Amino acid sequence: MREITFSEALGEAMLEEMQRDPTIFTYGEDIAKQGGIFGAYKPILGKYKDRIIDTPISEEVIFGSALGAALAGMRPVAEFHFSDFLFTGMTAVANQIMKFKYMTGGQGKIHLILRGPDGISKSAAAQHSESIETLFMHIPGIKIIVPSTPYDMKGLFKTALKADDPVICFEHKMLYAKKGPVPEEEYYIPFGKADIKRAGKDVTVVATSRMVHESLKASEELAKEGIDVEVIDLRTLVPWDKETIIESVKKTHRLVVAHETWRRGGWGAEIAATVQEEAFEYLDAPIMRVGAKNVHIPFSPPLQDFVVPDYKSVINEIRKVVNV
Amino acid sequence: MQYEKEFLIGLYRTMVRIRNFELKAEELFLQGKLPGFIHLYIGEEAIATGAMANLRKDDYITSTHRGHGHMIAKGADVKKMMAELYGKETGYCKGKGGSMHIADVSIGVLGANGEVAGGLPIAVGAGMAIKMQKKDSVVISFFGDGASNRGAFHEALNWASVFKLPIIFLNENNQFASTERVTETTSVKNIGDRAKGYNIVGATVDGNDVIAVYEVVKEAVERARNGDGPTLIEAKTYRIKGHFVGDPELYRERSEVDEKWQFEPISRFESTLLKMGMLTDSEKDSIWKDAEVEVKDAVNFAEESTYPAPESALQDLFESDEGYDY
Ligand SMILES: Cc1ncc(C[n+]2csc(CCOP(=O)(O)OP(=O)(O)O)c2C)c(N)n1
Repeated sequence: MREITFSEALGEAMLEEMQRDPTIFTYGEDIAKQGGIFGAYKPILGKYKDRIIDTPISEEVIFGSALGAALAGMRPVAEFHFSDFLFTGMTAVANQIMKFKYMTGGQGKIHLILRGPDGISKSAAAQHSESIETLFMHIPGIKIIVPSTPYDMKGLFKTALKADDPVICFEHKMLYAKKGPVPEEEYYIPFGKADIKRAGKDVTVVATSRMVHESLKASEELAKEGIDVEVIDLRTLVPWDKETIIESVKKTHRLVVAHETWRRGGWGAEIAATVQEEAFEYLDAPIMRVGAKNVHIPFSPPLQDFVVPDYKSVINEIRKVVNV
Repeated sequence: MQYEKEFLIGLYRTMVRIRNFELKAEELFLQGKLPGFIHLYIGEEAIATGAMANLRKDDYITSTHRGHGHMIAKGADVKKMMAELYGKETGYCKGKGGSMHIADVSIGVLGANGEVAGGLPIAVGAGMAIKMQKKDSVVISFFGDGASNRGAFHEALNWASVFKLPIIFLNENNQFASTERVTETTSVKNIGDRAKGYNIVGATVDGNDVIAVYEVVKEAVERARNGDGPTLIEAKTYRIKGHFVGDPELYRERSEVDEKWQFEPISRFESTLLKMGMLTDSEKDSIWKDAEVEVKDAVNFAEESTYPAPESALQDLFESDEGYDY
């Protein structure tokens, strides 16, 4: 199969769906001329000029207007530029977009997407390194996609572009240039369906986004010692695929959850709690969590490396559960 | 010009120091020695310099992601700045902040900011504190043309006007917000005109003319110290370098930049001073030489400094870490 980058997969999803649906349009800061600050949107440069729009630095309006546009019949895809800047327009997201349908007794189709770069990149420091997907999982009202491969990026994004609910898509900065197989034929990936990225029988690791790759690396290392790790990529956080995880735990009897966002109160805690509520009898060991240390992301490389989890962090937690 | 030679040379020296720091930062970044991002102030030196010449140590500023020039003009330690750009332990933020988060609260620098317009509300708070403490200090809040389109700008100006706070909102209109031209994103020709909407004094000035900036800020500072409230000043300039070092600059032609470079503030001021006989060629050379030595020393200091111990990442979140789970 041909291999394309994560960015190209995003671009293809956009172009195919824009062609199919003339109500889709996209806007944000620095996208029309540069394709986003990390060039994620490069594949759509110069295409559909009146539907790919640069806006002022006005986050509250970038997000809030998506709601208005959706209610008025369009399908907006608003870019948040850096996930950190979701905070600057958070009232539009949390108080308007996420509540509108519920508060109005189910009125309107809120088909809109918020998307953009997220996650820790090299020394971007605290105000450009946030992985804040958990916040949107905590507050009801938006679906969350967190793809880890070009294949998933394209398939999930195409589904988002057809969905009739608000969707937020977190694209990890370190993944944009990553290549992977993507078929030429059209396909869609449903929300709430996890993907087993590696089958194994000794321990289950549940991860998303960059941490899927770190977990796969950890599993390769541990395979050398005869520890057989199953890596489940959740792909979407709302909804999340409980069944696949529980099925896996029934087989491996051990669970580690791995995310890049802060360990304390991260989404892994929700998964760990749910599994112990519903599948406690299958567990042979406590559930362990991997996450960033509970501080902001520091600038200096040795500090950042210390705070941010990687494959070694995953190995550490796996070691704690395998010998129990 | 009615100014003393010493004062004029001082302005020139500050601009040259900023320029040298920035040229070195660019070079180091391109050599792969500096982590993260660097946003250069080259061509905008007259604004920080002219404005800050009005300030005392007990005045405050809030800065931006393009803040090295503000820091230097306010009297920051260039060695600590450089060490921070390297991510070293001896840097202003002990390696936690980097270029976009440098602060020196002890000299009134309440932080560069990685969030566009993030400094304006902070400036409002400093202005309130000054008022409550019945001091005659002032605050200058620097921000870009792009920042003037954020809600924080509107809220800060309205608030400062209502409470008559001693703040100078100093807009650095360098014509670009990242890849976007001000004409494409901003509803007014002069951002200074927006003052009307807040019932405060507004001005638009040539930001490449250090004396013009000095004078307009001087009036605003006097107003602020007298309790007559805030001022919005737009200083028009041009961003000579990319948005950040490494910017592919797909949004403009080289020829445009070359044309604008002819109006850059340092050589412009320099020729005025030379013509006036306020500066000799040998003084000029020694000012540049001193500035080069200063950054060279700063680079040596930074390179000789060690990286912070990884565990220090868990310090500085609170005053005391008692009971905190890392
Ligand atoms: C709230 C927010 N939105 C977007 C960004 C990304 N960003 C960083 S600098 C910049 C452009 C800022 O333009 P301007 O305010 O004119 O300042 P300049 O860079 O021209 O000095 C943008 C969009 C950000 N840092 N913060």
